Amino acid sequence: MAGLPAQARVVVIGAGIVGNSMAYHLARLGWKDIVLVDKGALPNPGGSTGHASNFIFLTDHSKEMTLFTLDSVKQYKELGVFTQSGGIEVARTAERVDELKRRMASSKAWGIDAELVSPAEVKRLVPYINDAIILGGFSTPGIGTVDSLRGGTLMREKAQAMGALTVAPGTEVTGIEVENGRVRRVRTDQGDVETEVVVITGGIWSPRIARMAGAAIPLSPAVHQMISVGPVPLFADTVGEIKYPIIRDMDTNGYERQHGSDMEVGSYDHRPILWDPDDIPSLTQSKLSPTELPFTKEDFDESLEHALELMPDILGDPAVGIRHSINGLLSLTPDGFPLLGETPEVKGLWSAAAIWIKEAPGIARCVAEWMTSGVSEIDPSSSDIARFYDHQKTQAHIKGRSAEGFNKTYGIVHPREQWDSNRRVRVSPFYEREKALGAVFFETAGWERPNWYESNKPLLAEYGDRVMPRRYEWDARWWSPIINAEHLAMRDRVGIVDLSAFAVFDIAGICALDYLQKMCVVQMNLPVGRVIYTSLLNTAGGIKADLTVMRLGTNHFRVVTGGADGMRDRKWFADHLPEDGAVQLTDLTSSWATIGVWGPRARDLLQSITDADVSNEGFPFGTCRFIDLGPVRALASRISYVGELGWEIYVPFEQGARLWDAIWQAGQPHRIAPVGIGVYGTTGRLEKCYRAYGNELEQEFNLVETGLARPQVKPQDFIGKEAYLKQRAEPPAAILCTLTVDDNTSRSGFKRYPMGREPVLSQKGERLVDRHGRGSYVTSAGSGPSIGKTILMSFLPPEQAKVGTRLAIEYFGERYPATVAVVGPTPVFDPQNTRVRS
Amino acid sequence: MNVLVGIKRVPATAGQITLTPDGQEIDTRYLGFTVSPHEECAVEEAVRLTEKHGGSSTVLTLGPEAAVDQLREAMALGIERAMLLETDGREWDPVATAAAIVKAIEAERAAGRTYDLVMFGNESADSAGYQVGVRVADALDLPCVTGIKALEITDGHAVVRRQTESGWEVADVPLPAVLTVKEGINLPRYPSLPGRLKAKKKEIERSTSQWQDGGLEKIRLKLPVQVGHTVEILGKNGDAEAQVVELLQRLRLL
Repeated sequence: MAGLPAQARVVVIGAGIVGNSMAYHLARLGWKDIVLVDKGALPNPGGSTGHASNFIFLTDHSKEMTLFTLDSVKQYKELGVFTQSGGIEVARTAERVDELKRRMASSKAWGIDAELVSPAEVKRLVPYINDAIILGGFSTPGIGTVDSLRGGTLMREKAQAMGALTVAPGTEVTGIEVENGRVRRVRTDQGDVETEVVVITGGIWSPRIARMAGAAIPLSPAVHQMISVGPVPLFADTVGEIKYPIIRDMDTNGYERQHGSDMEVGSYDHRPILWDPDDIPSLTQSKLSPTELPFTKEDFDESLEHALELMPDILGDPAVGIRHSINGLLSLTPDGFPLLGETPEVKGLWSAAAIWIKEAPGIARCVAEWMTSGVSEIDPSSSDIARFYDHQKTQAHIKGRSAEGFNKTYGIVHPREQWDSNRRVRVSPFYEREKALGAVFFETAGWERPNWYESNKPLLAEYGDRVMPRRYEWDARWWSPIINAEHLAMRDRVGIVDLSAFAVFDIAGICALDYLQKMCVVQMNLPVGRVIYTSLLNTAGGIKADLTVMRLGTNHFRVVTGGADGMRDRKWFADHLPEDGAVQLTDLTSSWATIGVWGPRARDLLQSITDADVSNEGFPFGTCRFIDLGPVRALASRISYVGELGWEIYVPFEQGARLWDAIWQAGQPHRIAPVGIGVYGTTGRLEKCYRAYGNELEQEFNLVETGLARPQVKPQDFIGKEAYLKQRAEPPAAILCTLTVDDNTSRSGFKRYPMGREPVLSQKGERLVDRHGRGSYVTSAGSGPSIGKTILMSFLPPEQAKVGTRLAIEYFGERYPATVAVVGPTPVFDPQNTRVRS
Repeated sequence: MNVLVGIKRVPATAGQITLTPDGQEIDTRYLGFTVSPHEECAVEEAVRLTEKHGGSSTVLTLGPEAAVDQLREAMALGIERAMLLETDGREWDPVATAAAIVKAIEAERAAGRTYDLVMFGNESADSAGYQVGVRVADALDLPCVTGIKALEITDGHAVVRRQTESGWEVADVPLPAVLTVKEGINLPRYPSLPGRLKAKKKEIERSTSQWQDGGLEKIRLKLPVQVGHTVEILGKNGDAEAQVVELLQRLRLL
């Protein structure tokens, strides 16, 4: 064992599958002087890698997670540590059969070969299964198992062979020293290492390690119970570790996976058993390893019964014994996604945590690319550790959501499903008013936001079938026809929308304009009082953010971005601030509440409570200024995300309720309707073909493809400009189009309503794939009550991106015809934007 | 034949043992619980005897409510009945333990249940007093052989073997008798799934045992000085072949 060097380019802390993969990818990308430390011994230092069941199912409803998994499988195959066995998710209930159809759709969307199979076919593949209790299966031949310890060892050795890596097992990190907000040195019981970059790949211990530097890695260790049963006579002649497909018994949250002569039975069915990272035993204190805790039988009894029921021939054999049982620790996060990227608290301190075997090498490649070049091939936005607000890093939040998420591991999770735990953390000043109006609250970034208002029920009678009612329970879940009624009322009259979840940053200082020119694609040197919608790119020309900027003064700008993106965007801005302090960023999210007032009567309403000139000439579209509204002075900004005349009104938080009352009262003659985010985020937006970050906008598609490229490129330099110019010079590989569903009647006669992420196929059902290998899928879907159609957005290859092209989407195993309505950003409703500019 | 096995719930220690701050207990936060390997073998032996000769098998423990886990584990392996002599969780010394067990066996006899064989582990995994079996035998006036590593039942007799440095010591004891078993007498089976599920549903016969003073008093526990281990790496990737062969020969494994 080589001693610890005094200096390193990077110190990777934790030598499980993630740390080894990180070391390898950093070395492959050209970094030298990498140090990998672990307090344990190699090859199994005692973390979760050592006890993982090591199987890989490919399909996730999240594109990001699926891409990580597919890349990982590719890497494991190249290392020769992957054994393909196939895998089947089986359904015991009708609801699950439906869910498997949905998983089938996700497989098609992400390009995974899979099929739905009958119980008899499951039985043919897995002869020991009790096919009498299953209703079907979702079979993926590409599923398999890995030797993750071997894979990690090979990657570590590759990095060593490149002369890039020093490995230091038996080395416990005792401190991470930070100077001026930046990593300077790692202290260990074997000596100190000077370094500017640290990657924490410490699995369940990551929060403890991050804390040494004053940063947070919000995960919770949780118990996953697993037993190993054998010897199974049927497996006696298996060469290698697995011959039969892995079974996931979805409805009982369990799995059965052959491992040599044994069967491993695991469960996510038991009560959530969360641990505190500080309570995990040390290597010497633990019987097996620190992450293999004593089995608690009473939690597993029910799972035993389920397993026995599903595989009585094997598991009911009295000669087959339970040879090994553990409570294995794994990592859970508040939203189920990994924790990747540089921590917002400390420069140079990176996290690659809450990662499972199935996605580890793919994630390591992504993070290594991100570290070495600033951009990665796979967009890690959903997993970006910078996404969390402070309240989401509290133990109460981490534990509450992790516990809630645990039992959803194999769950049927509705795309709109809401969390139960730790609600009502962030409430706007309008909250009590909204509650009184029967608001049904959905959560965004901790904010309670009305999704619709039960008090608008009378509007249903007014609009009848124009609200596009949904009779199929799944489609109507976490939804109400009132959303569409609010939409129509807003288009007919006027609506008031709570937008307080916006993140608001002030950017000011003598170099503020130059700084924003560098950050933003659009020309920022516009007169004071202008509102600018712009994209932000990374150096590769991937879309990092989209937001609006108000110029409040010569050297004073106000940035407004979505609540869900706020913290990521803030870090992106903060990372690029000049070091000399010539530009300051101040987060004013908690100081300003926001109300949207939109609809043909918005001007009349506003004029009735202000002396300011709010006429089209006096307050043109795309401008902002402070005006007096009754007793409140507020910042009004004439823009719209719903395609109507109106304003976003920013009001000091403590005066919000007073402003709401003033608008509400003045709105009565206009029959003002409170309008929820169901309209703002979906129906109003989709009719106007406005793109949303995380749906249409992401690093994987560029501005030309999304139709957001402006006719001209500003002369000033900005991040991603070079790549952007190149993108503009090339024909796009895909073009964002708006489609409408021609006939949404299912075979059973129900009208069905897709929700997004469905595969877009040819009429014959073939996948559409662009020249970069990206398959077409629905990026957003929703009702368009004003046009009476279901609206979809999707990136299509140029051959299909033509108005009138007839295509299909797959939803719950059926194909529905859809036609390209618009290519590019032209709205399907009010294409000339006369309403917005009236 | 009817067999009774006595077991004791103990912390499943491995690696470094830590004590609670007051030095009264082993710190079990990270530990599961088990019985000693000797007792595992006694349970296995009891199951095999009744499988072979018929009759009934019973497992008994003196311990806290939580010791039900260990009783069920024994039942998962094929023991039919389980008795818990429930305590308040304090550590009983061998005198008191044996007395409580004797009382239980006498109560069994009064209820018409007699045992041909009463088995214990040679010693418990934690306090290792080596006494309970002998004291029970003495109180019941039964023959007793300790540390047995082989057992055969023939016609009202047990032929048992003890391993000594120079060979086997053989004893022929008339039944009923008390035997204490040493690890190695058999290779205990693992519980099957149906076994474990059946055991879960079985009734545990409970009685309460009142604390009795014995001859021993626990002052406090103290950890012995840890003996350090050194690891010598003989070589990597096959270049240690000769050394490995030599080592195995030295250990008389080749």
